[in-house]
Amino acid sequence: MTETSLYVLQQLINGLTIGSTYALIAIGYTMVYGIIGMINFAHGEVYMIGTYTAFITIIGLFTMGVSSLPVVLLLALMTAIIISSTYGYAIERVAYRPLRGGPRLIPLITAIGMSIFLQNYIRLAQGSRDLAMPALISGGIEFGDPDVFEVSLSWMQLIIWGVTLASMTALALFISRSRLGRACRACAQDLKMANLLGIDTNRIIALTFVIGAALAAIAGVMLGLYYGTINPYIGFMAGLKAFTAAVLGGIGSIPGAMLGGLILGITEAMTAAFFPSEYKDVVAFSLLVLILLFRPTGLLGKPEVEKV
Amino acid sequence: MLKLDNVSTFYGKIQALHHVSLEINRGEILTLIGANGAGKTTLMMTICGTPRAQSGHIVFDGRPIQQMKTSDIMRQGLAVVPEGRHIFSAMTVEENLLMGSFFRSRNEAAAQLDHVLTLFPRLKERFNQRGGTMSGGEQQMLAIGRALMSQPRLLLLDEPSLGLAPLVIQQIFEIIERLREEGVTIFLVEQNAHQALRIADRGYVLENGSIVMSGSGDALLNDDNVRKAYLGG
Repeated sequence: MTETSLYVLQQLINGLTIGSTYALIAIGYTMVYGIIGMINFAHGEVYMIGTYTAFITIIGLFTMGVSSLPVVLLLALMTAIIISSTYGYAIERVAYRPLRGGPRLIPLITAIGMSIFLQNYIRLAQGSRDLAMPALISGGIEFGDPDVFEVSLSWMQLIIWGVTLASMTALALFISRSRLGRACRACAQDLKMANLLGIDTNRIIALTFVIGAALAAIAGVMLGLYYGTINPYIGFMAGLKAFTAAVLGGIGSIPGAMLGGLILGITEAMTAAFFPSEYKDVVAFSLLVLILLFRPTGLLGKPEVEKV
Repeated sequence: MLKLDNVSTFYGKIQALHHVSLEINRGEILTLIGANGAGKTTLMMTICGTPRAQSGHIVFDGRPIQQMKTSDIMRQGLAVVPEGRHIFSAMTVEENLLMGSFFRSRNEAAAQLDHVLTLFPRLKERFNQRGGTMSGGEQQMLAIGRALMSQPRLLLLDEPSLGLAPLVIQQIFEIIERLREEGVTIFLVEQNAHQALRIADRGYVLENGSIVMSGSGDALLNDDNVRKAYLGG
């Protein structure tokens, strides 16, 4: 294989990795939008809190002398999921539910306020400097031609793919097969009718916040370990990217969020491959503008029917 | 069975129901007729708690329900088929029906599903088809079937004949009578006054948010004012 094709393969691997995490975070945007039609701009912060929770757990376990890697990883993941879900639930309960039924602009502004609040809260509690996430998982496999270009696929990347695939499969099964998943779909289609069938729609709405937060926490733990540094501002950019992914795939559509995340990740990686890497954000957000101009419903989204 | 006492409902500052009192007895078909915009749908939805009655009392089987959350009201043993059917169009017939028995146990749901499918053989044929791909009549059957899935003692039907072909309307009304024979109490809101009064035991006439007349189905059918206003002379 030529150098270029190996290089492209490498970027495809990197793009798929980042794209997977975008997809995980994007689910939270798309599910919440699908059911109550609001963009939860505090969602990126929930992701960031997941990363911080994992960091604190890992450091704490190390201090206590726990060194078994699977135990540390699993506990970090679990605490991150629990803490982030709690935040997701609390944000909905405190900031959005009391405003339900009002004009759409109001929860949107509250969400931005919530995002700023959480960011600064973590900044005050944990400091604004970069923290170094311990490199728990290193190494990987390398292939290609050592004389031309060596493609590396790290274990961490493989884990990100595996965990993303497992989470997405679990989510898809939950939504399509389970009783509560069916209720989620029913609420997304016709909230009022679901209510008239005896479904406590507030609970289903809270559930979508919790699911979104849990998936964002999973992405947070993995990206924290992958990048190695964290700070209170990582949620902002990750949130914007995941939001772009959700819009790209068609906001409200879960398969759309998955597809949108992967496309966005790969697009970014390819941009970084052939242009100065600073341009990747420019390209990512240009993509958002182009979709909004030419296909506002996204790739898999359906045109919005105004609910009566 | 269900009693509304002096119920008033507002949309913002506009009063939609004026001191409505009405009673539904166990086992009967009660109909509410009235012109477009008279407040029929508002009355039915007020029973369901959305919109909420601003004043007055609503008592179902001896229990006041006007302060309950909608989802709790709907678990008391009443079910609604709203105007426009509101089926979940992207979900299959099976999934739509199962949503109707959301708060019932798996066994209860399975038993009731069998019952609903014998009542509506058409739904059995369409079992795995998406709700939105069916005809209007089939969708109406699905909406009624879905409501029955919760094994309601009282069924609220809002304009079940709206937009359907005469033959299908006939079928729907036959089903309503059959449900009554099975012991389900029926509250039927209709613009199709002639048809509704013919099968109803009693009826109320709603005008501009107030009950202006009530009586047996036959009496209303033969009343001059009702004939003039709702039955085309």
